[in-house]
Amino acid sequence: MDLSIGSPLTIGLILGVVIITAALLITVERRLLGFWQERLGPNRVGWFGSLQVVADMIKIFTKEDWIPPFADKFSFVVAPGIIMTVVLLSFAVIPFSPNLGVIDSNIGVLFVLAMASLGAYSVMLGGLSSDNKYALLGSLRAAAQMISYEVFMGISLLGVIALTGSFNLREIVESQSDGWYIVPQFIGFVIFLIAGVAESHRLPFDIPEAEQEICAGYHTEYSGMKFGMFFVAEYIGLVLISSLITVLFFGGWLGPDFLPSVAWFAIKAFGFIAFFILMRAAVPRPRYDQLMTYGWLFLLPLSLLNLLVTGAIILST
Amino acid sequence: MTILFYIAGAIAVIASIAVILQTNIVHALLYMVVSLLSVAVVFYVLGAPFAAMLEAIVYAGAIMVLFLFVIMMLNLGQHTRDEEKSWLTPGGWILPSILSAVLLLQLVNVISELNFDILPEQVGVMQVSALLFGPYVIAVELASILLLAGLVAAYHLAKSK
Repeated sequence: MDLSIGSPLTIGLILGVVIITAALLITVERRLLGFWQERLGPNRVGWFGSLQVVADMIKIFTKEDWIPPFADKFSFVVAPGIIMTVVLLSFAVIPFSPNLGVIDSNIGVLFVLAMASLGAYSVMLGGLSSDNKYALLGSLRAAAQMISYEVFMGISLLGVIALTGSFNLREIVESQSDGWYIVPQFIGFVIFLIAGVAESHRLPFDIPEAEQEICAGYHTEYSGMKFGMFFVAEYIGLVLISSLITVLFFGGWLGPDFLPSVAWFAIKAFGFIAFFILMRAAVPRPRYDQLMTYGWLFLLPLSLLNLLVTGAIILST
Repeated sequence: MTILFYIAGAIAVIASIAVILQTNIVHALLYMVVSLLSVAVVFYVLGAPFAAMLEAIVYAGAIMVLFLFVIMMLNLGQHTRDEEKSWLTPGGWILPSILSAVLLLQLVNVISELNFDILPEQVGVMQVSALLFGPYVIAVELASILLLAGLVAAYHLAKSK
């Protein structure tokens, strides 16, 4: 058993660390939200509430897993599995350090985009099969939002890809050794950040599950572990988006030598996770039509302009 | 890799048949997605990773999502399923089966004459792009004009009077 790219031990390790991080994030997020909103948050179970996630898990596993009799059972059961599968598969191409990763693929960025677009099925099927007004409204919103923001997500990355000349995430990291892409691709970074939040439909863009308007949106009818899968997948998506931003714009594992490269990756990724949680605590949710207008009339022209300028600069140098 | 090719091919064929036989439209659409994804795997095995990813992003990830979006708004229920069932009568199978059988014979005939010794070569993103914006640039431009026309037409139809 060795720790190299694609060895079974590495794959198991990455899967385990990602899932455990995502589960721990549930507690970390509630504590951080409490801190930023000047309240206590869950602090009863374990040391400063650190075992809250264990209590939540025991509850979620022992809860009755109810499938509504009016639901389309096949789609209802498949939906949470799809989102879990696609977010975990996306980690296959993420380079954690020079010798840590699942595969070294020449189509890494495209693979992540493909998985992101397949993730839309999960929320759509979940809402559609529930046969519930609120769930249907939520999944309609999710579908429109995810299809729209996928477009800008893809275009905002093209600047980085043009600068590197490769879709390989490892090569993208290595080409940042003399300067992170956050400087030349700042606009691309901002658009990717916004689109990433919208793709993982977290606050402030959690319009598909806006609880004040439509109960819990597409997962209104879900309970037990099926709801748990939607819930954990959201956090895995958060880890994924943070890792992607780290890799694409902040030099991935690159950093001064006094810390191992994996540590640099983890520090940067956690910084973005904390930033996303802060956004949830601080930014109010926009209206649905505002989100769409903002996307198509502002982000799309801006990302196209960014690509145009980047291309012109590359050609002229 | 060869075994992967045959498994993906078999899944594609079975899923495509299931698309026709399935009377629940959402399930049929899911089979269609499975079929497209297995075709993407076939592309990948044949040495075209870029085409494979485009198949997954464009067909499975975008066009099929839009289909599902439309299905959601149509509110199809038991009525549609009964209608579908009534269309799938044994008599309706005869002519399509004959036509498909003829096509299959032709395909087998063509394949049996092919030279199997050629190993599939890897076609990277760079080569595909160089071809698209080199010899085939007119086709790309025409396709984009067509898409633009579609976009303008959709805008015109959706514009509130």
